[in-house]
Amino acid sequence: MIRVVLPAHLRALARLNGEVHLELEGQVTQRALLDALESRYPVLRGTIRDHTTQKRRAYVRFFACERDLSHERPDVPLPIEVVNGAEPFLVVGAMAGG
Amino acid sequence: MSSVRVLVGTRKGAFVLQSDATRDRWSVSGPHFAGWEIYHVKGSPADPNRIYASQSSSWFGQIVQRSDDGGITWTPAGNRFVYEGTPGTHQWYDGTPHPWEFARVWHFEPAREDPDVVYAGVEDAAIFKSTDGASTWQELPALRTHPSAPQWQPGAGGMCLHTIILDPADPKRIFVAISAAGAFRSDDGGESWRPINRGLKSNAIPQQEAEVGHCVHRLAMHPSNPNVLFMQKHWDVMRSDDAGETWREVSGNLPTDFGFPIDVHAHEPQTIYVVPIKSDSEHFPIDGQLRVYRSRTGGDEWEPLTNGLPQKDCYVNVLRDAMAVDGLDPCGIYFGTTGGQVYVSPDSGETWNAIVHDLPAVLSVEVQTLA
Repeated sequence: MIRVVLPAHLRALARLNGEVHLELEGQVTQRALLDALESRYPVLRGTIRDHTTQKRRAYVRFFACERDLSHERPDVPLPIEVVNGAEPFLVVGAMAGG
Repeated sequence: MSSVRVLVGTRKGAFVLQSDATRDRWSVSGPHFAGWEIYHVKGSPADPNRIYASQSSSWFGQIVQRSDDGGITWTPAGNRFVYEGTPGTHQWYDGTPHPWEFARVWHFEPAREDPDVVYAGVEDAAIFKSTDGASTWQELPALRTHPSAPQWQPGAGGMCLHTIILDPADPKRIFVAISAAGAFRSDDGGESWRPINRGLKSNAIPQQEAEVGHCVHRLAMHPSNPNVLFMQKHWDVMRSDDAGETWREVSGNLPTDFGFPIDVHAHEPQTIYVVPIKSDSEHFPIDGQLRVYRSRTGGDEWEPLTNGLPQKDCYVNVLRDAMAVDGLDPCGIYFGTTGGQVYVSPDSGETWNAIVHDLPAVLSVEVQTLA
């Protein structure tokens, strides 16, 4: 089971509380995880990745295992701790303000 | 008894303000979509319970919300705005070519006859149409691919298509305005477009009377008089009596002709309203006095309306989509400020009251007159 933690705005949009739990077949990559997430919650399409290019939106970050995975290629396997559910995959709204 | 519903978009959510026809006791609901920028909220003329809201953020992009019960509950609709074909380029601020990139919806214009038909004006400038209640969107690409488009440049707020007017007398005629490209008209339902900027003069562009490049802030029309258009340009208040073919300046005795919104009285097609703002470098009223100006002559001759508006220490702005009128008699005039006030005049501008004082910065105000 893969655990995904979404920022508050996206949890509100998807009308969910707490973590999202996903079961994925095959290799667990950022792309596969986000595909599964958007498949379960279509309202999230376009909010994390661009509709057309599928690139991560500029102010969205991906963290896991105390690492910034935002700049990893989308088909690189995610850490084993994410795959086995020991650590969550964090979708984070980048800090910005003043 | 008639009532009014005021739809307010702000930097941090949407609010719905309701009153009976007296317009002196208001209920306030919201924030809806708290924390998100709500550029525009507008109801369908064909079904007032159908309302569309543009919800966006720099973080998470564009969401379209739809209500079928007058703004009580909302459901996310389609948010896929994809330019047709190769998007091409427009000029960037530094004059270099810049690819068209979708940023947000600035304005929704629901059709008069069918609640499922709605147009969206977006940044980077383009017009989209939905015929299924905002579930899916298709671009009307002839505007973005107009031969002048590679020369269009963004205004300070982005290259936004912010005004859409559907001609009530001619279902094929559409007017739009883009900052900072100018006004355009289609006579074939969006299949083709042409600039309608003859008579505009802008000293911030190299050719002051160029065909495109003008920073049009807002267009307004009275439905009984669709050949007469009013325009608040960056500087200058303008009027056209021939559906945009030619324009003449009607700033007249305004203390400054810079501003953003312009609107027309519901029952008097020659009575128009603007909010003069000091300048493009000082986006606030002159001398800290918030004054709406009214012309009963379709321009040229203007009178200040101040009764109930702050006349000292007021340094707010009123943005382009933040003024609206209701259909009651006497006509109600509404506007919202970047200071979070929404004002109503229930008597066509003679007196004003703040419905709310402390909302987030107001981006848009629309009014529905309910039977």
